[in-house]
Amino acid sequence: MKEFLYYPGCSMSGTAKGYNDSLEAIAGPLGIDLHEVNDWSCCGASEYFSIGPLRGYALVARNLAIAEREPSESRTLVAPCSLCYVNLAKTNKYVRTDTALAGKVNEALGAAGLSYTPGSVEVRHLFEIVIHDVGADAVREKVVRPLRGLKIAPYLGCLVTRPDPEKRWKAKEHPREFDRLLEALGAEVIDYPLRTDCCGGHLSQISPGMGLEMIRRLLDSAERRGADLLATICPMCQMNIDLYQAEVNRRFKTDFKIPILFFTQLVGLAFGMDAKSLGIGSEVISSRHALAKIGIEVPEPPEGEPVAAGAPAEKPRAPRARKGPELPMPHMPKDEGVGP
Amino acid sequence: MTEPAQVLDGSPPDVDHDFIHEVMAAVPGDSRLQMCIQCGTCGGSCPSAADMDHTPRHLFAMVRAGARDKVLRSNTPWMCVSCYYCSVRCPQEVHIPDVMYGLKSIAAREGRSPSSAAPDFSRTFMSAVHRFGRSYEMGLVARHYLRHFPLRIPGMAPAGMGMLASGRMDIRPHRIRDVKGLQAILAKAKELETLP
Repeated sequence: MKEFLYYPGCSMSGTAKGYNDSLEAIAGPLGIDLHEVNDWSCCGASEYFSIGPLRGYALVARNLAIAEREPSESRTLVAPCSLCYVNLAKTNKYVRTDTALAGKVNEALGAAGLSYTPGSVEVRHLFEIVIHDVGADAVREKVVRPLRGLKIAPYLGCLVTRPDPEKRWKAKEHPREFDRLLEALGAEVIDYPLRTDCCGGHLSQISPGMGLEMIRRLLDSAERRGADLLATICPMCQMNIDLYQAEVNRRFKTDFKIPILFFTQLVGLAFGMDAKSLGIGSEVISSRHALAKIGIEVPEPPEGEPVAAGAPAEKPRAPRARKGPELPMPHMPKDEGVGP
Repeated sequence: MTEPAQVLDGSPPDVDHDFIHEVMAAVPGDSRLQMCIQCGTCGGSCPSAADMDHTPRHLFAMVRAGARDKVLRSNTPWMCVSCYYCSVRCPQEVHIPDVMYGLKSIAAREGRSPSSAAPDFSRTFMSAVHRFGRSYEMGLVARHYLRHFPLRIPGMAPAGMGMLASGRMDIRPHRIRDVKGLQAILAKAKELETLP
């Protein structure tokens, strides 16, 4: 067991409940011991830096200061959310390299009797710990129920390999580490070119025209390549693709029903754990249909959820027949990848 | 004699030659904004550029030309999703998303941002964090959608009910223990923000 300081972030007890449940289930088997820091607060998402940057840095630094005080041997603060991670990691870097900023941040922290020694903790994303510290090979050894036959789009989103303030990733745009991890689970990983594209972040809430279009692109690419589901490492990406999929369908006259699960949930399934204990079934676009393909049962949605919100497609998505001449002809990208 | 700001659209000059320094000071560390070579890699890499008034490259030319008012009224920084494609591709390593955050904070302070939905969303989010120390989805969604997107509510309702039923959204906010201490930190930081 390796101990880490743990910053869950607000979504783990709310919108990303499935991420939280599945992380609790697999942390032990992966040899990760997470020590939650005391009375942590929000990281400010993308909102504080837009309106009050110094308030944003002070808000984030409060969490770094609390982590610094924790009575643990570990000096590594782990965040499971990509947005929390990037805010913590960037602030940690800026207070180390910009002494004027560090001075102001510490003056603000002083108002509550706190202070932060720049660089006294390091900040890492949970996914990066699983990739670099645990490793795909160690994960493979624990697989008892390979996800054979499940086609997964490895969707990393931005913010983990970019901006990467501590330079932990070689490939910033097309990293393959997520593919290797999902392959270790026995899944069939599709070549997903949008793996590090953005889910739109808060644009779905403030500028739906572009926000929903960005979600549409991700779903469209996954569907064209025959993905049964998307795998994610970020609560924000999960929420955008899950919660806004129905609105995307209405706006663009599409019929996407592609579930998105956290990578921790997929690891738990491959480790033979029960779907319900991994928080599977709490997604809006149900994964029941996709997981039935490999013989995994997903609990019924809770009472009160309208059937329309997450019902699996009645008819399986049939590949569209290729029209036109028999010889391969040049075609526009939208006709690509018509099925297996 | 040339008047740089007129190059943009022929309106009367609006030139503030110190603007680039003001923007750079609003970004922590060295933003490298003055190193921009106008190659356009940023706009070509940007997933939301299609809805921007100006591409990032164009906006930085305007910053350099001192077109302060036009820059602060541009929707470009508010359409930035901070995905960092531009910043990892920029040959000059300009910290583009951070420059966008800096521009947003100046525009918000002066009440010049073009769309009210974006800064309002930020402020609604911030008010919950200020009160509870944590984000509060239910309150945020309710207040934000009622004010800015009432017509989206019926369509969102089924998914929202599902989130409530499966325990992914709480009716009540989570509250940290030391809200007072947090508020003291934020108040002090706000005071320091307004100092030169």
